[in-house]
Amino acid sequence: MQRREFLKLMSAAVAAGMLPVTARAGQARGRVVIVGGGYAGATAAKYLRLWGGEKLEIILIEERRNFISCPLSNLVLGGSKKIDELTFSRNGLDHYGIQRMEYTVAGINPDDRTVFLTRARTSYGAPFGYDRLIVAPGIDFVWDKYPLLLDAVGRPSDPRSAADQSTFPGVPIQSASTPRGVLEQQLPHAWKAGEQTVNLRRQLEAMADGGTFVMTVPKMPYRCPPGPYERASQVAFYFSKHKPKSKVIVLDENPDIVSKKALFLRAWEELYPGMVDYRPNNVVTEIREYSGRSGFLVKTEFEDLSADVLNVIPPQCAGVVTHPFAQDLRNGRWYDVDFLTYESKVAPNVHIIGDAVSSALPKSAHMASSQAKVAAAAIVALLSDQPPDPQPVFANTCYSFVSDKLAMHVANVYRYDTQKKIMLPAEGGGVSDHASEQEGDYARWWAKNIWSDVLT
Amino acid sequence: MRWRICAAAWLLCGTSMSPVLADEGAADTSHLRVLAASCAACHGTNGNSVGGTPVLAGLMPAYFVAQMQAFRSGKRDSTVMHHHAQGLTEAEIALLADYFSRQPRVTMHAPVPESN
Repeated sequence: MQRREFLKLMSAAVAAGMLPVTARAGQARGRVVIVGGGYAGATAAKYLRLWGGEKLEIILIEERRNFISCPLSNLVLGGSKKIDELTFSRNGLDHYGIQRMEYTVAGINPDDRTVFLTRARTSYGAPFGYDRLIVAPGIDFVWDKYPLLLDAVGRPSDPRSAADQSTFPGVPIQSASTPRGVLEQQLPHAWKAGEQTVNLRRQLEAMADGGTFVMTVPKMPYRCPPGPYERASQVAFYFSKHKPKSKVIVLDENPDIVSKKALFLRAWEELYPGMVDYRPNNVVTEIREYSGRSGFLVKTEFEDLSADVLNVIPPQCAGVVTHPFAQDLRNGRWYDVDFLTYESKVAPNVHIIGDAVSSALPKSAHMASSQAKVAAAAIVALLSDQPPDPQPVFANTCYSFVSDKLAMHVANVYRYDTQKKIMLPAEGGGVSDHASEQEGDYARWWAKNIWSDVLT
Repeated sequence: MRWRICAAAWLLCGTSMSPVLADEGAADTSHLRVLAASCAACHGTNGNSVGGTPVLAGLMPAYFVAQMQAFRSGKRDSTVMHHHAQGLTEAEIALLADYFSRQPRVTMHAPVPESN
């Protein structure tokens, strides 16, 4: 077939209404404001420019100066990476003509399409208008599931129990903002990479040989399904090299290892025999600080455990950057979106991408960047008066390290199902046969390539 | 060559084909750009890998298709790629081959961490 005939066929198909015509680059006009500069938000900013052309105004609002990668951050706990190696500026996005603002979003008004910004508790002038808003807030933690944590660090959750700290008050904390500070210092979740990760590493370094590291895994869904098991592997790697008499106990609220199960079990058995004690269906019911010594008493429905270092990975919800607007957006813990555009189901012109989205898709960095690209393409189409792609397809690859060098993957293609209106995994996806050094190399290059794609 | 592959992809797909851009050719659709861009996590923006994985930008379409078919069938050993190759349709592979063949080769670098 010649090019001419091919085009004729295409034109006929379009004329017959068989095919939507998508936008030409450079036609999109308007202002897109992006809240959140992680994997999802930064990717959206860059690809809006690549696909939307020069006329689009793109503004990226992120309160934190640096981008710190969660992928590979478990290696900081294992000791084979430093957090600085995972820390980047977003300057590499500047040459795309993306305006970056280090502000906090204090509120969003979808009715008149404005956002309110603050910095150091000072509001930023007038509300800020947009044509399309992208919200990429990542995750936040549901602290009220862990009222005992507050008790453990000497912050009574209920004033009535303040007189008697020896008993658990048993009153759920309603406020999501109470426990920061002291709690995060003594019991770092380390589930957002950065200071928390370094803190947990220091605690592991300070622990004596023969000690016990206890970690918890929240019920799905949470950020990075294989992440907790990778963390257990990394701590075991560190112990095997430096503290071989120590133990890792994993208290999993889920009925089984959530991701790459056979691969993790095999790695623990072969690399760290007798060191990783995995316990499914284990819900922590109480945590208490010891008096006169470091560490915590951890109670489950089954037994009492003594933890020299304790890492509670709390239950998670969509990041709350947009309070009080977020309360309207959220369906339970995550945001409901249309998977063709990632537009909110309740707030028109607001698109939500990344870990904050309610879906069965794994909450991974690669997934966040793919969602960002679908949303960017859809917004470019919508701002050019064109229909968005009716059936997006994208891939996800997620690596986990079980030592400093050995890694394994799970990989899938996902295709929009026009009946169910969600992204479904295609046939053919799956996991590695076994962890290998070759995949360790691929995993490190995956990181460098995705950092390049997202940040430069 | 390029157009023959596009046409083949089109014919393979028949009426289930997703959107096609009329005036710039099938390979420039938003659909295809997003699909191709999801390869970037390992193969770099527009197929320009910073290292460790093959550069896809500028590959001959026939070579790209042959490799993907070999990953699919298991003729070429792989750790990860068979999972992707088996998840894509033949039409998608043909469209990706055309897309990447038209991307200019650019030297890309990983960003420099703040510690350096």
